[in-house]
Amino acid sequence: MSRAGWIRVSVVVAAVAAVELLCQGGIITRFTMIPPSEMVVALAGILTSGRLTPAIVRTLRIVGIALAASILVGFVLGALLHALPRVRRTVDPLFATYYAIPIYAFYPLFIVLFGLGDVPIIIIGFLLAVVAMIVSTLNGFDRIPRALLKTARIYRMGRVRTALQVMMPCAAPYIFTGVKLAIAYSFIGVIGAEFIMSGSGMGYEIAFAYNNFDNKVMYPLIMLVLVLVTIINMFLHFWEMILFERRRRG
Amino acid sequence: MAKGEAHVTLQGVTRVYPGVAGQQPVHALGPLDLELVKGEFFSVVGPSGCGKSTLLDVLAGLASVTDGAIRFEGVPIHGRVPDGIGVVFQEDASFPWLTVEDNIAFGLRQNSVEAGEVRRRVDHALSLMGLKDFIRAYPAQLSGGMRQRVCIARTLVLEPRLILLDEPFGSLDQQTRLLMGDELLRLWRETESTVLLITHALDEAAMLADRIGVMSARPGRFLEIVETGWPQDRDSRIVARPEFGRITGRLWSHLRVESLKALGQDRPPL
Amino acid sequence: MVTRSRDIAVLIVVILLIWQGLYQFTGTGLLTAPLDTFARVLRLLGTPNFWPHLHESASAFLRALAIAVGAGLTVGMALGAHRLSGEVAEPILVALYSIPKVTLYPVVLLFFGIGMPAKVVFGAIHGVVPIAIFAMNAVRNLNPIYLKTAQILKLGPWATARKVLLPATLPEIFTGLRVGFSLTLVGTLLGEMFGSQRGLGHLLMAAIGLYRMDTIMAITLLLVIFAITINSILLVVDYRLHRRV
Repeated sequence: MSRAGWIRVSVVVAAVAAVELLCQGGIITRFTMIPPSEMVVALAGILTSGRLTPAIVRTLRIVGIALAASILVGFVLGALLHALPRVRRTVDPLFATYYAIPIYAFYPLFIVLFGLGDVPIIIIGFLLAVVAMIVSTLNGFDRIPRALLKTARIYRMGRVRTALQVMMPCAAPYIFTGVKLAIAYSFIGVIGAEFIMSGSGMGYEIAFAYNNFDNKVMYPLIMLVLVLVTIINMFLHFWEMILFERRRRG
Repeated sequence: MAKGEAHVTLQGVTRVYPGVAGQQPVHALGPLDLELVKGEFFSVVGPSGCGKSTLLDVLAGLASVTDGAIRFEGVPIHGRVPDGIGVVFQEDASFPWLTVEDNIAFGLRQNSVEAGEVRRRVDHALSLMGLKDFIRAYPAQLSGGMRQRVCIARTLVLEPRLILLDEPFGSLDQQTRLLMGDELLRLWRETESTVLLITHALDEAAMLADRIGVMSARPGRFLEIVETGWPQDRDSRIVARPEFGRITGRLWSHLRVESLKALGQDRPPL
Repeated sequence: MVTRSRDIAVLIVVILLIWQGLYQFTGTGLLTAPLDTFARVLRLLGTPNFWPHLHESASAFLRALAIAVGAGLTVGMALGAHRLSGEVAEPILVALYSIPKVTLYPVVLLFFGIGMPAKVVFGAIHGVVPIAIFAMNAVRNLNPIYLKTAQILKLGPWATARKVLLPATLPEIFTGLRVGFSLTLVGTLLGEMFGSQRGLGHLLMAAIGLYRMDTIMAITLLLVIFAITINSILLVVDYRLHRRV
């Protein structure tokens, strides 16, 4: 690991240790926060008891559905828009301001429309993720060097072959970035929606524990969500590095 | 088709880009007349923006002519890439997701050439271009010159009868350009193909070609076709000959005027 | 610019048509039609009860934005100027950017209690990270030749900062501010949608219980128009700044 890497680990460890000391010393009261060490112990207890396993499974399932839909729809729409520049020019302003729109504001609307089930949550996760996927797909196809497309024509490759053997491999790193963003966004959307209002799932359990002043459940769950999502994001980051290492100059 | 016969003929070739959204149409090229002899090395020089790359695009069948006709081996080319033509572009066109070996074999595999034959031709091209030690490397791990060699090798394995090169050494330093020029001459002799090289470098054109077409500012037309009279087995050492200086000087006397025109200064200060 | 305006007009018309179509397709009572919704927005703005909520949201948002901009720029520029610190902090910032920050809201509530401070802090948490990341990259990627040129021209530290550093880094920093603006709005609103008694987010959630679809759609429309209008203005400035570089 690099010097910066070691320092980073030390900084994180020191921060956690500081919180631990503040909690143990009573400067942060138990009503506000429980010490990180207790969070870990309590989390192990929760996970082994299996009490919250249905909530965890449900959240992961909803994220999975929202994610799969956003990747599929986002890629297809991105590819279509790339092929239809006139349409693309028209919808481009929407993409430019899309992430400025507070998507959560639509959640009450979806609850009234579809009831308090999985559907509104899936839609929020999907809506947050899909545009990142569309934009990344467009970006990937835009960045295919013209010389490579000309080369495909010199080899007299048809449209399908050009798409599969030149355009797709060329755009792959950007599309992967889209997938990575879609994963982060669908977690953000789903857990956020569950937290605001729902009947189950990890976000709901956190809100429920908060309302019952149950810090021994709430903090471990918060830790679980943050650690889980961070591990997934880091894993994707390293996978991306390995996958496309040979494409990088150096 | 025997050596010395007309291989490519251009008659009144013109290319006009239609004006988009109320803009004036751009007359990029022509009319051009030219006959390339089978097995010759022809260079095209001209000021920036004179339509050199447009000429390559219409020759390769990547763009169609607005007027006139191009024939390759007697068959008209009109916006369709014909069989038997290889192109090396100015930009790096190696596929970054394929190894050097797979890049070179790409065209052969597209044409479903049998595996043993692919192996044989790729090996030959690898040794010809000095890429033997980089078979498993990816383009990103190579220098610009090596990547351009990969592109040349990828073109050669298809054994094209006409090779079009668009500023293939444009991004390389001067010494590397001269050495790559030597290799290009060697390949040209070995493959006996017809070569058309587009370049902005006068010395490159003067050193490599049998004949040099000097193009005017846009719309590009041939002002003169200069015969170099070099022997078949020449190499970069001919730059030391007095004729080399004379040819380069002659090219520049044309191009100085045309380049000034292209810069919008029709009346050159004396 | 003309074609751009026309594209935007076409887009808005298409969206309104889809909305109207959905309204007609779902039948009356479920959704409200575009025109009715706009009328409802105007009526809401004329209701005295509505203004305290709007004021609450606006002041929470502006305070959160002030904190996010102040803290984000300070931290980002410092990390950009000190290479090792930047290297240490960057992955942490990126990780913070892509976690569901909503899970931190109960923590914020426990530390600050329900009310204005918690909303402000939560909004600021959302906005501060992108502002810091963009500011850090702006300073870090500053072309060193500009600083050398400033030295050759014998500019003092103040002149260097004002005439060279600021214009060179401004476009990237501004992009960060634009993104930070949007996320601060998202954060503030999210804060009002949970455990809050005032503000537009609270009104939205309260309307679910009352089954007031017209109110929900009107407030959502109002928020969307506000977000898109401000972001479009910022985008135009952003584009102009980047075009010069």
